[in-house]
Amino acid sequence: MSGMSADPAQALPAVMSPLSGQMLELDEDDDLEVFSKDMNLMDGSPMNASMPTSPASMINQYKFEEETDAKDIFVTVDNPESHVTALETFITYRVVTKTTRSEFDSCEYEVRRRYQDFLWLKERLEEGHPTLIMHPLPEKFVMKGMVERFNDDFIETRQKALHKFLNRVADHPILSCHEDFKIFLTAQAWELTSHKKQGPGFLSRMGDTVRAVAASVRGVRNRPEEFTAMLEYVDSFGQKMISLDKVTQRIVKEQKEYLGELKEYGPVYTLWSGSEEELVEPLKGVASCIDRCCKATEEQIGHLSENLVPLLHEYVLCTDSVKAVLRRRDNIQAESEAKNDALANRKADREALKDSKDLGFVLGSFLGKKPEEAKQQKEQRLDSEINELKEEVERLEDKVECANNALKGDWLRWQGNMRSDIKAAFVSTAEKNVDYYEKCLAVWESFLTSQTAAHDMESNSGHSS
Amino acid sequence: SMADCGSEEVAVIGNTDITDEESQDNKNNMMAEGSCLLRKMEISVAEAEKRTGKNAVNMQETYTVYLIETRPADSVTEGHNPVPDSLWRRYSEFELLRNYLLVTYPFIVIPPLPEKRAEFVWHKLSADNMDPDFVERRRIGLENFLLRVASHPVLSSDKIFFLFLTEENGWKEAVFETGFLAKSDSRLKALNATFRVKNPDKRFSELKHYSDELQSVTSQLLRVRARVADRLYGVYKVHGNYGRVFSEWSAIEKEMGDGLQSAGHHMDAYAASVDDILEEEEHYADQLKEYLFYAEAVKAVCRKHELLQYELETASQDLASKKQQQEELAAGTVRTFSFKGMTSKLFGQETPEQREAKLKVLEEQIKEGEVTVTEKTLECEEFVKNAWKDIERFKEQKDHDLREALMSYAVMQISMCKKGIQVWTNAKECFSKM
Repeated sequence: MSGMSADPAQALPAVMSPLSGQMLELDEDDDLEVFSKDMNLMDGSPMNASMPTSPASMINQYKFEEETDAKDIFVTVDNPESHVTALETFITYRVVTKTTRSEFDSCEYEVRRRYQDFLWLKERLEEGHPTLIMHPLPEKFVMKGMVERFNDDFIETRQKALHKFLNRVADHPILSCHEDFKIFLTAQAWELTSHKKQGPGFLSRMGDTVRAVAASVRGVRNRPEEFTAMLEYVDSFGQKMISLDKVTQRIVKEQKEYLGELKEYGPVYTLWSGSEEELVEPLKGVASCIDRCCKATEEQIGHLSENLVPLLHEYVLCTDSVKAVLRRRDNIQAESEAKNDALANRKADREALKDSKDLGFVLGSFLGKKPEEAKQQKEQRLDSEINELKEEVERLEDKVECANNALKGDWLRWQGNMRSDIKAAFVSTAEKNVDYYEKCLAVWESFLTSQTAAHDMESNSGHSS
Repeated sequence: SMADCGSEEVAVIGNTDITDEESQDNKNNMMAEGSCLLRKMEISVAEAEKRTGKNAVNMQETYTVYLIETRPADSVTEGHNPVPDSLWRRYSEFELLRNYLLVTYPFIVIPPLPEKRAEFVWHKLSADNMDPDFVERRRIGLENFLLRVASHPVLSSDKIFFLFLTEENGWKEAVFETGFLAKSDSRLKALNATFRVKNPDKRFSELKHYSDELQSVTSQLLRVRARVADRLYGVYKVHGNYGRVFSEWSAIEKEMGDGLQSAGHHMDAYAASVDDILEEEEHYADQLKEYLFYAEAVKAVCRKHELLQYELETASQDLASKKQQQEELAAGTVRTFSFKGMTSKLFGQETPEQREAKLKVLEEQIKEGEVTVTEKTLECEEFVKNAWKDIERFKEQKDHDLREALMSYAVMQISMCKKGIQVWTNAKECFSKM
């Protein structure tokens, strides 16, 4: 797995200092294992030689799994509870935070949050960092015709997904420093509600949306090759995830049907043993083997449903997230290109003015203005517009540069996470399958041994029958 | 194995140096000895072939013939591999042989033939009689049948059986010449006996009950097993899709590409492995089927007992009633109803001469009846004795065979598990390298 990593023992640039001093304390923290499933994704690979960090572009200094020792914030999502009001029924989850970061007043927090709150957090983070890639939230609505919106499986799956989402934010060096993340983790319910209301006003958000739509309609002209490559990859990748998701769900379905038949199979051997004399033991033995294999099959199905299926589904959602990020980047570039166009137009107008080919002056002279005066006025107006535009263009070009860099850095981070997530899930599935077959093997081998032993005993003591 | 004659003693009966006459002599001697044929002769159903020809109603039909090979038991020695004698038989001839055996040895549990049409089929398996896998399994089943007969203490010395193995032409005529068709009991007669018999031997009643249960449970088992096989097939085959997607996916990945590609191959291997697994299981199913059909053969023996018992009861009843008539006639009282009695009541008593005549007839009938009863009793006792002997033999064989079948089933499951462990361990390694 490639990626840039820094030796945590080396002092970090000033802005990142909250992480550095705390490391020794963390090693003694007994709670380390409790938090974040992501911990087992971090294989303890040896620290690479430190890479030079450029103070100017800390955005590129992303660390991956090797961050274990530098982790100073732990978040869990658990304990779903149902709330019934006159208007609605909803679930809240307990969010527990343990941290040593100095921007947090305390080192432990416990709050309750509902799905809507997670959604709000995601939107705020996206707004602040439109081209960073976030792990997706679980779906808002229930899919595939589930009747009971709040059945236990659904809640458990959602909870695990929310936990992962929050942890990925906490692990992200930039996102985890966002103010709204802190508020999400620490504010009491009423504080959060009032803070939510303070967000950018409706009109300003409308303005953003209009600009975004306009930009996407316009389309980006010169998208850099690497981002086109990303888009193509994500498209392809997304299709693969959808396929794998379908295949895995189909496997689960087939396994369940197999289990159903298997459950009817064992009892027939037991039934048979009722009519026999000498064959009672072997028949009952086979029945028992089949029943134990049934249990192993049930376990295997459970493991598949709780691990691989949700993981693949998450990555289907991931590709949508990444596509959205790429779109937002495109829009930012499109906006900048539009401004550049506007600037070019104004400059052209200014040039045209010099040649005094503008008939407007002729009209103006009809209205009593002196042509020279009108021309000067227009020149001044254009000049000021051009200056404004120049500033805008510079700002937007900076914005594009930042967005691109953020995305490039986060792209590698995302790929790294994806590889380790997928690898872990498939390795775990393969392990479970080996385990399943080993269990069944043991069952049948013990039957065979007991039968051979019984038979040997019988033939040694002479035939009876 | 299924054909077990007991001792390993083998007599040399023929080699390529003896004359035809001597060979025929040897064959006659072999039959006369009445010991297990299998000890002296290797029998196999070596091949199957398709033939076309005109059938009884002059229409073209395709059928399969099976090559039966026979060879003296110890003829294969160092450097000496004589060509076996062989002939072709079709399934209907096997059926004819079996029917002959059924009629000729009603006190024996006659080994069953493999099924005529494929039953208890799980969906991927063909139910077509011409399907090569079906033909192959039938070939094995037919060989099994011949070996069972050849190793039976009684059946193995049957001449018609011997001719079946050795005389291609003229065999059918020989079978019909035995007149076995005439000896066979009509279905109606047998059914009637089953309903009306009053005191069948308790052991046979229990045995019949057991056979019913065995039939029921083995059919059920075969049905469920076929469904399980079907589902297992589905599970394995779906994994093939992983292979396809992994392969496509590996094309767009750099670090993960190799791991995905090789993992995909293992998924393909996994999906393919189920074909062999289920092929093996068919043999297990065939073993169960053999005993499903054996149960029917056992029932046939029970039915014969019921028939003989019924005939005995009927004969005894007839005798008893005749004796009663004699009594009444002698005493002058009419207790038994007879048409003659009624008419004589209506139209006047008989003359002493008439009475004498009647008594004489009755006496004759009674004598005959007593002979019949004695014969029938003997027949019944003989049957019970012989049949029960074979049934004990059958029970031992059944217990042994089914126990082995169950163990071989366990061996199959173990093999399947080991394959699974192998594949997924390999896959895990590939995934770990991603």
